Amino acid sequence: MKRKVLFSMKSPYREQLDVIGFRFGHGKKSAAIVGAMRGNEVQQMYVCSRMVQELKKLEAKGRIAEDCEIMVIPCVNYYSMNIGKRFWAMDNTDINRMFPGYDQGETTQRIADGLFSKIQGYEYGIQLASFYQVGNFLPHVKMMDTGFMQPDLMKDFGLQFGILRKPRPYDTTTLNYNWQVWETKAFSVYANATDDIDENAADEAVYAILRFLDKRGIISANTPPGYITKIIDESKTMQIRSEASGIFKSLIDIGKRVEHGDVLGVISDPFEGEGVSEIRTPVSGTVYFEYHDPLINSNTVCFKIIK
Amino acid sequence: MIETIATAALAVNENMNIQKRRIGNGKSKRRLSLVTGTHGDELEGQYLAYMIGSYLDENIGSLDGIVDIYPALNPMGIDSITRGVPMFDLDMNRVFPGSKDGTMIETLCASIVDDIAGSDVCVDIHSSNIFLKEIPQIRMSVPTAPTLLPYAKMMNVDFVWIHESATVLESTLAHTLNTRGTKTLVVEMGVGMRITKEYCQQLFDGILNLMKELGMWHGETAHVREPIVSEGREVGFVNSDAAGIFVPCADFGDTVNKGDHIGDVVDPLTSQVVEKVEAVCNGMIFTLREYPVVYGGSLLARILQPCEGGEEE
Repeated sequence: MKRKVLFSMKSPYREQLDVIGFRFGHGKKSAAIVGAMRGNEVQQMYVCSRMVQELKKLEAKGRIAEDCEIMVIPCVNYYSMNIGKRFWAMDNTDINRMFPGYDQGETTQRIADGLFSKIQGYEYGIQLASFYQVGNFLPHVKMMDTGFMQPDLMKDFGLQFGILRKPRPYDTTTLNYNWQVWETKAFSVYANATDDIDENAADEAVYAILRFLDKRGIISANTPPGYITKIIDESKTMQIRSEASGIFKSLIDIGKRVEHGDVLGVISDPFEGEGVSEIRTPVSGTVYFEYHDPLINSNTVCFKIIK
Repeated sequence: MIETIATAALAVNENMNIQKRRIGNGKSKRRLSLVTGTHGDELEGQYLAYMIGSYLDENIGSLDGIVDIYPALNPMGIDSITRGVPMFDLDMNRVFPGSKDGTMIETLCASIVDDIAGSDVCVDIHSSNIFLKEIPQIRMSVPTAPTLLPYAKMMNVDFVWIHESATVLESTLAHTLNTRGTKTLVVEMGVGMRITKEYCQQLFDGILNLMKELGMWHGETAHVREPIVSEGREVGFVNSDAAGIFVPCADFGDTVNKGDHIGDVVDPLTSQVVEKVEAVCNGMIFTLREYPVVYGGSLLARILQPCEGGEEE
């Protein structure tokens, strides 16, 4: 393993920002794995740190394939992580809305460029991604439908679901989208939590990435058997929104199978405690997202169901 | 008449309401919409909304048509000094056109678009953020320029910036409305978290002139200036390469030559000048950094170059 500074930036008042990459193996750029780009993506950084541990062991046993190089970047934006901010602390911009970056541009464009120039050209790109709303996801893998993608590759992660997402205008500046445009086969892996560490989901994400690298011939690893992944189009999933506001309580765990009409959660009045809304599923399927906050506004996505 | 055009129930005993004030007189159905407060740290439009509303109240007889004033598309942001929508840290101007079946913010955005659509002209007033100061200007993309430029010239701004369109900007209110046939002008002026009275007065004169040109206003108007238009000109970007404190020595609106000293980035700890900042091209400074702390990449100034082969107008 080699620890490498991929990009540096000076700060007026803090120690220099050094984006660190861990390189395993030698030769063809086979896979790059990127963790936290936002300051709250603790689980994403943690999964990468676990990958560094696993790859160290595999490298010591000679189980990284010849002529294959893997790069792991656990955290890009630790500046924000260290001061409890989500986005770039100076101007609140999101590094994951700045790709492919620009070396003569604004600060976060330069960070995106500095990172992207070092993770371009890999055959596979894996980003540990998070969702903007507070909530828990069933671990799954996602690809952008850019026209360049091969959705069946998602099956090699052995997660329960592989989701294909039609990009919206704001997606065109994300790492995942730009990786694909520059011919890296890019995946976003959702490992349930963001601000907290979920050990079980981290295990699942680490095994999934190892399984993928093994199936693609980059490493030789023993992992627990995975799922036969179901590939679905994101537009075919059902979002269930709150019809009222107040105190939210989920009555279901993610990953559970539910039937049409089942009560998934309740909302109660924050002052008087009376129930004001029951959240029922209008379809049968598997719960893959659950809102996770005691307070809820109206029209908030509180569950997502894969039909 | 004050109307709530969109509402959402917040968790604890409160609704988020987006309101507009309709001022109408006469028989004409011509409608001008003045929209502001999408970014909670941009306040120039707040004073302008007050100025227009109070002037129309006092001179209602000169109005023939409808003026809709939407002072706060992001009321929670303005109320909490937050640029985005506070609960989600989302830039509201990247959520349009929204969706009636979407999340809370998406449904609010969809309601806003539905309410404004059909106006003869919409003026979407922004300040800069807290980092940059801008001369009063209107921005538009190349594809919309043939339609919008004649209206922009009525607005008494100093500058019209016609820029290349970017996919990400398709999520803005202005793009959505222009796509749906409602001519929408995006104004940028001043600096975040402040009110610049002279700029508000300048745009106030421009709005009355626009209303006169639309046949909605029969009262007095001031002479309006001819803006510099960016067509055929390049814009030079001056970004910091060092980190420190930016201290400008050129002023806003100055005409500079390439290589002119326009400021320094200094280090308060070592007492050293860490970067001597120079103009990247000839032209007029129309954006200048207001907030002193900079990183590598921080935008310090924008300079509008003269027409190719010609002098500055």
